[in-house]
Amino acid sequence: MKRPLFLARGPYRRRRLRDAARILPFAGAVLFLMPLLWPSRGTGLNGLYMLAVWLGLVAVAAVLRLWLGDESGPED
Amino acid sequence: MPFNLLVLSCVSYVVFLFLVAFIAERRAAAGKVRWLRSPLVYTLSLSIYCTAWTFYGAVGSAAASGLEFMTIYMGPTLVFVGWWGLLRKLVRIGRQQRVTSIADLISSRYGKSNLLGVAVTLISVVAATPYIALQLQSVVLSFGVFAADDREGTALWVAIGLALFTVLFGTRNLDANERHTGVVTAIAVEAVVKLAAALAVGVFVVWGIAGGPSDILARITAADRPEWALEPARWAGLTFASAAAVICLPRMFQVLVVENADETHLATAGWAFPLYLLGMSVFVIPIAVVGLEMLPDGNPDLFVLTIPLEAGRGDLAMLAFLGGFSSATSMVIVAAIALATMLSNHIVMPIWLGLMRPAVSGDVRRVVLLSRRLSIAGVLALGYAYFRLSGGGEALASIGLISFVGVAQVLPALVGGLFWRGATRVGAAVGLTLGAAVWMYTLFLPSFGAISADGFGIGWLRPHALFGTEGMDPLLHALFWSLILNVAGFCAGSILSFPSPMERLQGAAFVGVFDTAPGPSGWAGGAPEAEDLLVMAQRILGEETALTLFQAEARAQGRAGYLPDPTPAFLERLERRLAGAVGAATAHAMIFQVAGRAAVTVADLMAVADEAAQIMEYSARLESQRQELTRTAAALRDANAKLTRLAEQKDAFLGQISHELRTPMTSILAFSEILMGDVAPEDARRQAGIIHAEAIRLTRLLDDLLDLSVLESGQVKLHVSDVRLRAVLDRALAAAEHVRPRHDLTVFRDSGAEALVLRTDPDRLAQVFINLIANARKYCDAADPQLRIVVRAQDGGVTVDFIDNGRGIPRPAQASIFEKFARLDESGQAGTGLGLAICREVMMSLGGTIAYLPGQGGAAFRVWLPL
Amino acid sequence: MGHVLLIEDEPNIAEAIRFILSRDGWQVTIYPEGAGAVEAVRCVAPDVVILDAMLPGQSGFDILTRLRADPDMADLPVLMLTARGQSRDREAAEKAGVSRFMTKPFSNAEILEQVRLLVPR
Repeated sequence: MKRPLFLARGPYRRRRLRDAARILPFAGAVLFLMPLLWPSRGTGLNGLYMLAVWLGLVAVAAVLRLWLGDESGPED
Repeated sequence: MPFNLLVLSCVSYVVFLFLVAFIAERRAAAGKVRWLRSPLVYTLSLSIYCTAWTFYGAVGSAAASGLEFMTIYMGPTLVFVGWWGLLRKLVRIGRQQRVTSIADLISSRYGKSNLLGVAVTLISVVAATPYIALQLQSVVLSFGVFAADDREGTALWVAIGLALFTVLFGTRNLDANERHTGVVTAIAVEAVVKLAAALAVGVFVVWGIAGGPSDILARITAADRPEWALEPARWAGLTFASAAAVICLPRMFQVLVVENADETHLATAGWAFPLYLLGMSVFVIPIAVVGLEMLPDGNPDLFVLTIPLEAGRGDLAMLAFLGGFSSATSMVIVAAIALATMLSNHIVMPIWLGLMRPAVSGDVRRVVLLSRRLSIAGVLALGYAYFRLSGGGEALASIGLISFVGVAQVLPALVGGLFWRGATRVGAAVGLTLGAAVWMYTLFLPSFGAISADGFGIGWLRPHALFGTEGMDPLLHALFWSLILNVAGFCAGSILSFPSPMERLQGAAFVGVFDTAPGPSGWAGGAPEAEDLLVMAQRILGEETALTLFQAEARAQGRAGYLPDPTPAFLERLERRLAGAVGAATAHAMIFQVAGRAAVTVADLMAVADEAAQIMEYSARLESQRQELTRTAAALRDANAKLTRLAEQKDAFLGQISHELRTPMTSILAFSEILMGDVAPEDARRQAGIIHAEAIRLTRLLDDLLDLSVLESGQVKLHVSDVRLRAVLDRALAAAEHVRPRHDLTVFRDSGAEALVLRTDPDRLAQVFINLIANARKYCDAADPQLRIVVRAQDGGVTVDFIDNGRGIPRPAQASIFEKFARLDESGQAGTGLGLAICREVMMSLGGTIAYLPGQGGAAFRVWLPL
Repeated sequence: MGHVLLIEDEPNIAEAIRFILSRDGWQVTIYPEGAGAVEAVRCVAPDVVILDAMLPGQSGFDILTRLRADPDMADLPVLMLTARGQSRDREAAEKAGVSRFMTKPFSNAEILEQVRLLVPR
């Protein structure tokens, strides 16, 4: 069975959101590793940065949940 | 604070948890689970990730190495925000295959291999034992902070109390899919206490002791020290290890997969659990910094308790104590349940089944429950023993991470099994064994000095410098080498070996879990007898559950009664259901045993596997359309067959009536004609006797026919009154005495249960009972005929089972015994052949049912009446 | 006098027929069920068979068909009895190769006459 080549706007958007959900942990990993690449700026600032990234991940995941949460359909 | 007061508050807290769990179980039993099974409770239950080690130890770790404690939370955060990729698949598979533990998942994925189940179980137990000991130690230490006069037995009493709680609420249900609502609710409450305690102490430190966020930031900067600088290798390595652990820890698997009530809860946990972790860690650095200022000589591991005490806030300290206590207890309870399930399903039960194989008799359920309870006690005893032997202290502090690396050994087999169809049992076994061996050698055994550091004098074998890799952090060294060798062994083993058909089937089902609803069947081809399956299922699931399951299945197939066709789909469902109770490998073996086949033929399975894989990959939708068509066609065929059958039945019924009437008539006419001529007197007497008997038979037949037609037309008049079931049974037994008995029948009754009062027509009900008792009297062919009458209240009604110890009714005849003139007795003399048909009609007009109950060892009928 | 094999599961009917025929001088053997009836015919080698249509084990029609398939017994006179009284039974019996067909109940004279007709003395 062939998959359709082009999708309507709605389903297309949903697929890209699923992609986003898959990419999110990798983006998070990169951001978590960033402090290693900077010259040290002290525990306080590093800690604030980590908390910010953390909170950002939670927020993005919560938004994605709104879009994807009730879906339990098949993998695309 | 005096020791006794502390004990008292602990005990009251535990009693409170008992009550929470108890009420939750009660509500769940009453079907009110909506709130108890909400995404919020699910997320909170995941918090058992935060043990006492993180609750107290995070501050200690922060005091020693700055931000590094965060790595323990970063791994889980990444795994959970990425739930769509991995966790969703894990949970779906866990639910679809009714997985009971992580060992069960691995065993199930690799062809239901119990060997792998045993391996994962052993790794988990070895890794978790010191971890449990660590929790006991944390409780003992925190007791010590409050009460200087600490007693020796604290750890022992905590262990015993936890074992009791876990056995009480963790082994209520056998089926892992009937979840532990009580336990989960209690640990959700503990999660709230933990978070509240951590936040309260944090807020107090930032705003009560320091002068707000900017002051804290200044103090952190002032306190900064060189050893707080980030170590890149540990930073990345520990994040990875914690990510692996949150998936592979048996207790996490338990709450994440086994206790999951609804897949969509995962979507909420995807952001809410990281938020919870954030809440647990946001104040760790401030507490550490302030603690180092206030108590330069104090143990940083206990700052959460000692800072509020130092500042004179005993109430806050008490809350923090309860937070730590909650962390320890919830971890131990869930870990014990998870480990006990694994031990019981993969080690104890296979051994027991192996020993008892010739006669799998009796109630397997009780054995499973007993083995789970003993396993729980065993796990806690191990933890306590380790605590005593290791003497607590420093050796335990690093055990959390050591444990993480240990359970991470399951990761390659798990993730590989989920995403790579080519992963095989051999690969998984090689990888697990290599990884676990390296972990033991380089990390676990050296952690308590059980192995010398020189590697038996061989340079490249030194535990902390394998293959000459010197200067690495021991933990990272072990993580690196164990996982590298694990993955290498896993891949090489998988590539070089050839999977068995069952492995290929399960591999396709796991990897393609989202592609098709039902997995490819392992049960295509021959079929075991439904009745044998029922007998086995009753032993494992319990009689009523099994009967309900079979009845529902039969109804779904459009049949009445309790015996569905053993279709491959049904066998697969049954196997999963049993797997929920005794684990996949055992369930599979048991069905195999009943199916009476040495093995599913390889060629069969290959064909099924390849076909299924192709269908899944290329034509999932086409397949579903085809199935839809097949279903429609089948429905049409069924309808047609039913119509034809009805027409035939009507014809056959007329023929039957004709036959039943003409047969006695023939004898009567023939002999009366004979008697009209000359007959010897002794012949005449005999012949007149025959005429008389046949005339009676004819009358009885006409009576029954009349009764039946009145019942069928629905015009029967019922004389309803309140009557004790016992009285009806007494009457029926007395009346059935008159039936010419083949042998004496011993009747067993339960007069206690028979005290029930029914509102029904006693005469009609007695008619049904008389029929059933008379049948037992006539047809029970045992040497010592016995009839058991079992009364039970259920489903808003009462069931009365009549079970004899004869040969029973053969399977093919069971479907038709309630039809008119359906006789099993070959002489045709004993009855009119309408008895059971009348019983059915009577029960229908009384608003109840009557059914044949297969698999009871003899002929068995179940009468059900509404109460 | 000839030998009659009576295949009938109702003991009272069998007794009646036995009484009527033996009074007329026939030797009567009773076989009470369908299973093994063909072997019984082969073993007894009667002059005529009286066969009930509804028998436990194997129906009269099946027995008849099997008898007719055996060259030794293809011409054996068979009188068939049925209590169902449907024309379909008569057709089925004739198709299976029955010699005579009677419905129950019957008059005693009738059965005697049919047997006599089937076995010329």
